[in-house]
Amino acid sequence: MDLKKLRFAPTHEWALMEGDTCTVGITQFAVEQLTDVVYIELPDVGDNVFAGDSFGEIESVKAVSDLYSPVNGEVIAINTALVNDPTPVSKDPYGKGWMIKIKAEPGSKLDKMMTQEQYEKQISSGG
Amino acid sequence: MPSNQSTDLLFELSQPERRCHLLPESDVPVKDKLLPAGAVADAPPPLPEVGEIDLIRHFVNLSARNMSIDTNFYPLGSCTMKYNPKRHERMAALGGMANLHPLQSDASCQGMLRMLFEMQTILAEIAGLDAVSLQPAAGAQGELTALLVAAASFRDKGEKRTRVLIPDSAHGTNPASAAIAGFDAVTVKSNARGFVDLDDLKAKLDERTAVFMITNPNTLGLFDAQITDITRMLHDKGGLVYLDGANMNAILGITRPGDFGADMMHYNVHKTFTGPHGAGGPGSGPIAVRSFLAPFLPAPVVTHDGNSYRLDYDRPKTIGRVRSFFGNVGILLRGYCYIRTLGARGLREVSEIAVLNANYLLALVKNICEVPHGDRCMHEFVASARTLKRTRKISAMDIGKRLLDFGYHAPTVYFPLVVPEAIMVEPTETESKETLDAFARALQGIVGEEADFLHNAPHTLGISRPDDVKAAKEPVLRWKGPKG
Repeated sequence: MDLKKLRFAPTHEWALMEGDTCTVGITQFAVEQLTDVVYIELPDVGDNVFAGDSFGEIESVKAVSDLYSPVNGEVIAINTALVNDPTPVSKDPYGKGWMIKIKAEPGSKLDKMMTQEQYEKQISSGG
Repeated sequence: MPSNQSTDLLFELSQPERRCHLLPESDVPVKDKLLPAGAVADAPPPLPEVGEIDLIRHFVNLSARNMSIDTNFYPLGSCTMKYNPKRHERMAALGGMANLHPLQSDASCQGMLRMLFEMQTILAEIAGLDAVSLQPAAGAQGELTALLVAAASFRDKGEKRTRVLIPDSAHGTNPASAAIAGFDAVTVKSNARGFVDLDDLKAKLDERTAVFMITNPNTLGLFDAQITDITRMLHDKGGLVYLDGANMNAILGITRPGDFGADMMHYNVHKTFTGPHGAGGPGSGPIAVRSFLAPFLPAPVVTHDGNSYRLDYDRPKTIGRVRSFFGNVGILLRGYCYIRTLGARGLREVSEIAVLNANYLLALVKNICEVPHGDRCMHEFVASARTLKRTRKISAMDIGKRLLDFGYHAPTVYFPLVVPEAIMVEPTETESKETLDAFARALQGIVGEEADFLHNAPHTLGISRPDDVKAAKEPVLRWKGPKG
């Protein structure tokens, strides 16, 4: 995965927009902060999600955290493999650890999100 | 000397026909068909069969592996692991207290009812609030009860309020309680100094807000001096302020939640006023509220008419019971003994020394490990292994685990969530300067050790690092018969 194509949220999700399909996961930094991931709760295909609202939860041995959607839209796919075994999120957060694909509302843009460079600056200045 | 004899599971120690006790033959005639056929087992259950000496060694040796405030310094932040005076155990064991039956008539347990009534009065006074329910079994149930009381009050007024605002540094129980009480939990950010971000609060505060839950001093061990502004903001919008009383040990007799504008709060009697706690219980989480919320408190409450004490169930607006009988009375009794022993001046001194001890330890620790939120604290402080993690791969978890080798219970780690690699230390007032000095020396030694060595700590205990993920995902909650 070319991280330059991704956009990042302050809440440590990444998003990739291809046409009107937005793929969402969490960042390497988030994975390191969470340590061992125990469970992931994802929405159902067909659910509506809203930018800035929680679409699911990730539970590690340290904490339960909300997962936030970057766009408004409808869930068109979820990574069902993660529900039984969340290991790919820890091992390959930008690849096999993707979480959901959203059919974004027309006109949705990620331009308010951070670039890789901006995101790295945020995490090095205190997360 | 290793004390591991007979510490296998009792099922594994079992030998057929081995017995601790010989029971006499039943002298009650055995009657057939007392139970329906489907309820009778075909064979007796496979209970373990062991001799008394094995049984005693089993439990005594296992108990010796336990770490408690009676064996070790226990600076578990947020948990107030202070020494529990043994005198309270003698008081709680007095026949007139320990042998009461909860269904006795009020007239036959006036002493107990007087103790509970006085406890209600005392807790109201310390809170600066008007009315108390002793029922909640621990802090989180106190939160839930208070939110149900708030909801009942809004319902009574015909107001529809759906949201509870909670700072991001809060205990995880706060949003959980809000959700269970039927509210939407909304997070309010902290500012760079660790206090409530007033702009964020302002942005999220409106007529939908029922309650703002705040822990003050907060979980970073800092007193949020904006509190009167915060309570005014809430009251201006018709909302209520709930104080999470987990950190009352810092402010006893110095300030009162009611005086700084809180409308409701809970106590953790087991923490602040000593009940032997840890490892799951028992707790006691009374709540105190302003008078306009009193009609909604759980029933019964203890009342006094000048002559006698009684349990008052006649409370038409009550939210109902939240706990069987009258709460965890044994812990309330210990707390009562503690409060009456110390008196008002003594309680204030508890907080003064708790704060002094924490600041003394903070002054030692900040030379070893960074403490992101300032040079001063209340009764606890939060250090961070963030730089150690980045530069040497030593985590808060590694330090906590290694402290066990030195005979110290680990501090709370990875909480609050607003501090990366958090190490939360609460020494309490009952520890001596020598203990605090020795703890700081151990910490100093640990951060000088090799990272690889620390990753595998503890090195001296029977169990090193359990597999947390497997335990969470595939918990083994009961014995499933012999292995293999």
